[in-house]
Amino acid sequence: MLLIPCPWCGPRSEPEFQFGGEPATRPVPAAEVSDAAWGAYLYVRSNEKGPHRELWCHAGGCGQWFLMERDTVTHAVLRTHKPGAAA
Amino acid sequence: MRYSFLQLLKQGLSGQTGWPPAWRSPEPKRSYDAVIVGGGGHGLAAAYYLARVHGMRRVAVLERGWLGGGNTGRNTTIVRSNYFFPESARIYDFALRLYEGLSKELNFNIMLSQRGVLNLAHSEHDMELMARSVNAMLVNGIAVELLDAKQVRAEVPLLNFGPGARYPIHGGFVQRRGGIARHDAVAWGYARGADSLGVDIIQNCEVTGFRIEGGRVQGIETSRGAIAAGAVGLSVAGHSGVLAGLAGFRLPIQSYALQAMVSEPLKPMLNTVVMSPATGMYVSQSDKGELVFGGGLDLYPSYAQRGNLPVEQTVVAGLLEMFPAFRRLKLLRQWAGIVDVCWDYSPIIGPAPVDGMYLNCGWGTGGFKAIPAGGWLMAHLLATGRHHDISAPFDLSRFTTGRLIDEAAGAAIAH
Repeated sequence: MLLIPCPWCGPRSEPEFQFGGEPATRPVPAAEVSDAAWGAYLYVRSNEKGPHRELWCHAGGCGQWFLMERDTVTHAVLRTHKPGAAA
Repeated sequence: MRYSFLQLLKQGLSGQTGWPPAWRSPEPKRSYDAVIVGGGGHGLAAAYYLARVHGMRRVAVLERGWLGGGNTGRNTTIVRSNYFFPESARIYDFALRLYEGLSKELNFNIMLSQRGVLNLAHSEHDMELMARSVNAMLVNGIAVELLDAKQVRAEVPLLNFGPGARYPIHGGFVQRRGGIARHDAVAWGYARGADSLGVDIIQNCEVTGFRIEGGRVQGIETSRGAIAAGAVGLSVAGHSGVLAGLAGFRLPIQSYALQAMVSEPLKPMLNTVVMSPATGMYVSQSDKGELVFGGGLDLYPSYAQRGNLPVEQTVVAGLLEMFPAFRRLKLLRQWAGIVDVCWDYSPIIGPAPVDGMYLNCGWGTGGFKAIPAGGWLMAHLLATGRHHDISAPFDLSRFTTGRLIDEAAGAAIAH
């Protein structure tokens, strides 16, 4: 069970949260994006073994999205921060 | 050595001292025509079919740990081919047909028990969707039967048909040819078969890099030295992304922990495999008497081979809801494997972005049932450099063309 520090609410237990995937930036302008680039945006992920950047949502709490760095081998939560805060 | 009743008798009379090892442990040679990374079921099957079907003998399997120590030894051993899309039905039924002849082919008892796989429906809406799936499977040539609640009760009377059932059972469907097999035996049988045809199986050999020149793979760097390779096949399940990273490309795959558990052993009382998408779990009884059960993926990507508590609680709660009689059982063991999940819950089989390198990955939660097919199709790729008809739809390019084979709904549950 993870103890996740929500940047708004403080430490809460894992079942309150929802994993939201790796952050990805949508390629633009749409008309100029190749099939390969669009496919990569939709489907390809870094899937890091070790420290991993992720979006999470405090779905059962404040409902806010935030960024988390988490180790995928040890499951240690390395840090969390609000979107837009210095990465 | 060929295993037989006479051999058993002979070895018994000589005190069981004359059995040779089932496979050798050779030192790696400097070069091979084909090298397969990953000594699980898929990799070992590929090596076996490379030698047996394609006559290639200069073949090696490299395994970082021990044979079948990853997902091959961690799954819940279910085999079935009840899939919605024609492409899926073809590949999984090809695997099931090979499984049906495998004990004889390998001269190694994989203990295939075709006790049927029963999927439950818990509402009238479930029943309507299930009828649609069953129709699709029949069109795909897969024999399945739709059952009403009375028929389900006759088959598995222990299920919760009480008035207080949170998930009342409205019916289900069954694939009689589905069932379970002994997972270790599948790995060991293929390993023994491949070894007897001259394949080198090299354990405790970690791949640390690839030698790629002019966009083509020339060899592999390992913890036991460099090995030149004419062709390289990757069958490493949850670590596919890590090896792809070493070779300089990325995959549309995420690695998750999938957990399973067993209870203390009981006398025989469950003679089929039961799956319930609504309660998020599935269960069978092993030949040793333990209940073997599991459910969905853990909630976030992971490379840790252990499950997390919230999902374990969900799975156990689902089991007890479906079988109230199991309430007093003790849990014996719980574990997890790292599975490679594609967005459409279908595998990736085909050439990698590096010439001479081939992928067999993305089986996600259902790789065990596909081992013979995955091995066969990988062997075809390594030997000919081209797709087999059955593997062509599963090419990596579908994530660019958008022609996904979306079994996320069809497969309905992790298994």
